[in-house]
Amino acid sequence: MDSATKRLVEELHSLARSIDRPVSVMEVCGTHTVSIFRHGLRSLMPEGVRLVSGPGCPVCVTAQRHIDAAVQLGGFEDVIIATYGDMMRVPGRLGSLEACRGKGGDVRIIASARSALKLAQKHPDKRIVFVAVGFETTAPATAAVVLEAGRTGLDNFFVLTTHKLIVPAMLALLDDEDVRLDGFLCPGHVSVVIGSDAYRPVVERHRMPCVVAGFEPKGILDSLVALLRQIDGKAARLENRYEAVVTPSGNPVARQLMDEAFSVADTPWRAMGVIPQSGLELRSEFRRFDALTRFGIQLREDEDHPGCRCGDVIRGKVTPAECTLFGASCTPLNPLGPCMVSSEGTCSAWFKYKPPAHSKRS
Amino acid sequence: MCLAVPGQIVELDGNTAVVDLQGNRIEVCTIMTPDVRPEDWVLVHAGFSISQLDEQAARETWSYLDQMFGEEGNEGPDDAEDTDNGRNTTTGEAPRG
Repeated sequence: MDSATKRLVEELHSLARSIDRPVSVMEVCGTHTVSIFRHGLRSLMPEGVRLVSGPGCPVCVTAQRHIDAAVQLGGFEDVIIATYGDMMRVPGRLGSLEACRGKGGDVRIIASARSALKLAQKHPDKRIVFVAVGFETTAPATAAVVLEAGRTGLDNFFVLTTHKLIVPAMLALLDDEDVRLDGFLCPGHVSVVIGSDAYRPVVERHRMPCVVAGFEPKGILDSLVALLRQIDGKAARLENRYEAVVTPSGNPVARQLMDEAFSVADTPWRAMGVIPQSGLELRSEFRRFDALTRFGIQLREDEDHPGCRCGDVIRGKVTPAECTLFGASCTPLNPLGPCMVSSEGTCSAWFKYKPPAHSKRS
Repeated sequence: MCLAVPGQIVELDGNTAVVDLQGNRIEVCTIMTPDVRPEDWVLVHAGFSISQLDEQAARETWSYLDQMFGEEGNEGPDDAEDTDNGRNTTTGEAPRG
């Protein structure tokens, strides 16, 4: 451990002693979760400081009904499904997109929203359905291709829109009386788009300390120190500790693209139910690109696997170790819940990195 | 995935750039960063540049990306041949979130 890291860890321990009560801090973003595990930061935490993984893994929070819709759409003979890779193995009631491909469905993994559009241009005899998942980091890319499809008059390009907004989810968590948190480590790259000021409602309505953090281990430790300092001083402020990349107002051009293509709508989250005004739907002038409407797909209420506690894991109510399926019937090779599928899922990270014993809450 | 990856613009034609991600060159749409010029550093996500950043921040980011993902390997995208992607080249996984 270098001297700077050592100093940060010593300060965390000193602050924890001064606070003198258990403290729960949620890292909202899945990439933070992975970085925290990968660099062993949990093992550096003082005894009373609990790091809770939040709902910021897009795959994990995608509602089962949307997975089902994607698989159903993949069953149409003239359809090519274009999806980001980590959606492939998420199980729904009709199986996964990977299984759909195994049965002959044309499912293509893409890494750019523009590739979905290019597929539509390249295959005029096919209908391309882009499975659009992700938070505000990703939604502007979807918006850009929808606007481009509108301008170029494409009639074989459709979007299954499941985009979600992070701040409404954080506010919904705080409204849940079973969720006890003392501060948020706010996402880094979502904040590039929405700006650090976007978290002001969390700070102001709930007096909840918020610190925007980078992903590098020292940056995360530095942000945790900033959070504990606020908690120790009984303060609730917004701090941006990722100033090299995140500005207070974010990227206005990206948000303008989102505003042009989407309106804010209620949307279902995996195992969290419908959160008001937490998602994006295509504006009426772009509704012709909406896959659900154009293919007449009806969404059904989610029915989670019996025993699966992904919903409670996503909300930080339990750790994966408290789920009876974890590591037994639910493993990365045979995932039953979405948190075990994505490499950023909390269960997957727990399985892979095996956190220290004291972070397994009793 | 809440992850974007830094790269340097090596060519720019209108809103289309060729961006070097540690030796891997990909095509990136720059409409969200309209002021960029060749040699600028940008954060790339899902085939789009979402912000500019300075070289030092970019290099620090690569340093931790290599630590985080350097030893891992996942299934790559089917669109890799288009060189039109913003994937995390070290994992093959789409940077999202």
